[in-house]
Amino acid sequence: MAIFSVYVVNKAGGLIYQYDNYVPRAEAEKTFSYPLDLVLKTHDERVIVSFGQRDGIRVGHAVLSVNGVDVNGRYTADGKEIIEYLKDPSSYPVSIRFGKPRLSSNEKLMLASMFHSLFAIGSQLSPEVGSSGIEMLETDTFKLHCFQTLTGIKFIVLADPRQSGIDALLRKIYEIYSDYALKNPFYSLEMPIRCELFDQNLKSALEVAEKTGTFGPGS
Amino acid sequence: MTVHNLYIFDRNGTCLHYSEWSVHKSFHFSQEFKLMYGMLFSIRSFVSKMSPIDMKDGFLSFQTSRYKLHYYETPTGVKIIMNTDLGVPSCRDILHQIYSTSPLKVTVKNPLCSMSETLQSELFSSRLDTFIRTLPFFSVRAG
Repeated sequence: MAIFSVYVVNKAGGLIYQYDNYVPRAEAEKTFSYPLDLVLKTHDERVIVSFGQRDGIRVGHAVLSVNGVDVNGRYTADGKEIIEYLKDPSSYPVSIRFGKPRLSSNEKLMLASMFHSLFAIGSQLSPEVGSSGIEMLETDTFKLHCFQTLTGIKFIVLADPRQSGIDALLRKIYEIYSDYALKNPFYSLEMPIRCELFDQNLKSALEVAEKTGTFGPGS
Repeated sequence: MTVHNLYIFDRNGTCLHYSEWSVHKSFHFSQEFKLMYGMLFSIRSFVSKMSPIDMKDGFLSFQTSRYKLHYYETPTGVKIIMNTDLGVPSCRDILHQIYSTSPLKVTVKNPLCSMSETLQSELFSSRLDTFIRTLPFFSVRAG
């Protein structure tokens, strides 16, 4: 049971707050000999596995480090292209660490605005009149819960599919937002939230939600 | 509980089939199928980026305040989408049945049916309709 992350999106679809609470690490390091038995390709300035799965390495995983040294995008630490480096038989044996690529802050902004439009289309395509946007989106690894306030701010929580009490958590986050972000005189509306009290209270709310699954009245 | 409508798309985004049982909306978009396919396509990419761990089945369903959309995709890229109301539990096995056993089988085994354009087979439509009407949660509400 876990809560993975929290996103706050303003009414224009801009990401104004993001917090990763728990990021499970699935990484695999392995020593390879020539030729490599995985197919790699460059995608979005990253080298990812496009075909071949073994020993915990999955399609979609990115190269994180080569011979124990972290890579820099699609280049090794000393500036060579990873794909070219791995084509050269003289660089073998080589030890490569693979893992699910982490989202960059730019990608998070993009995903937040993507959800903003998916939310709107979800309500337009409704077979019934008067439907809201997407409130809960379910996959086999996580559930996304979204709460839109009357003022159009969206609070989005990504959690384990079995995690309970998310509805209460979303309302609690709204409460924290109105108490610590909106009442902060240095906070300008619709702008990224940089308030320490908001951070602290959000973290403790997530802890409570993970432990008990519910919020009692007045908690 | 009720089933609103059902879409079947092929992997290129062509709508192979659409049927509806209880849809209460004032108007249809002219490009509704494109909008639907585009939304699902975006959700698939959204979900695979958002997921903190590697996924097996990927996107399963979403719900709003009024309806729930169930999604099933085969390895060949055929997508089956069913909209129901909120009380309906996971329909994965039912959507799989539509693909594997009863209705869609008659079209795949029919050499006259092209699988890349809207299905014209009357047998398919009537079988699908019967199949959906026998589902335990199917009941069209009055009005």
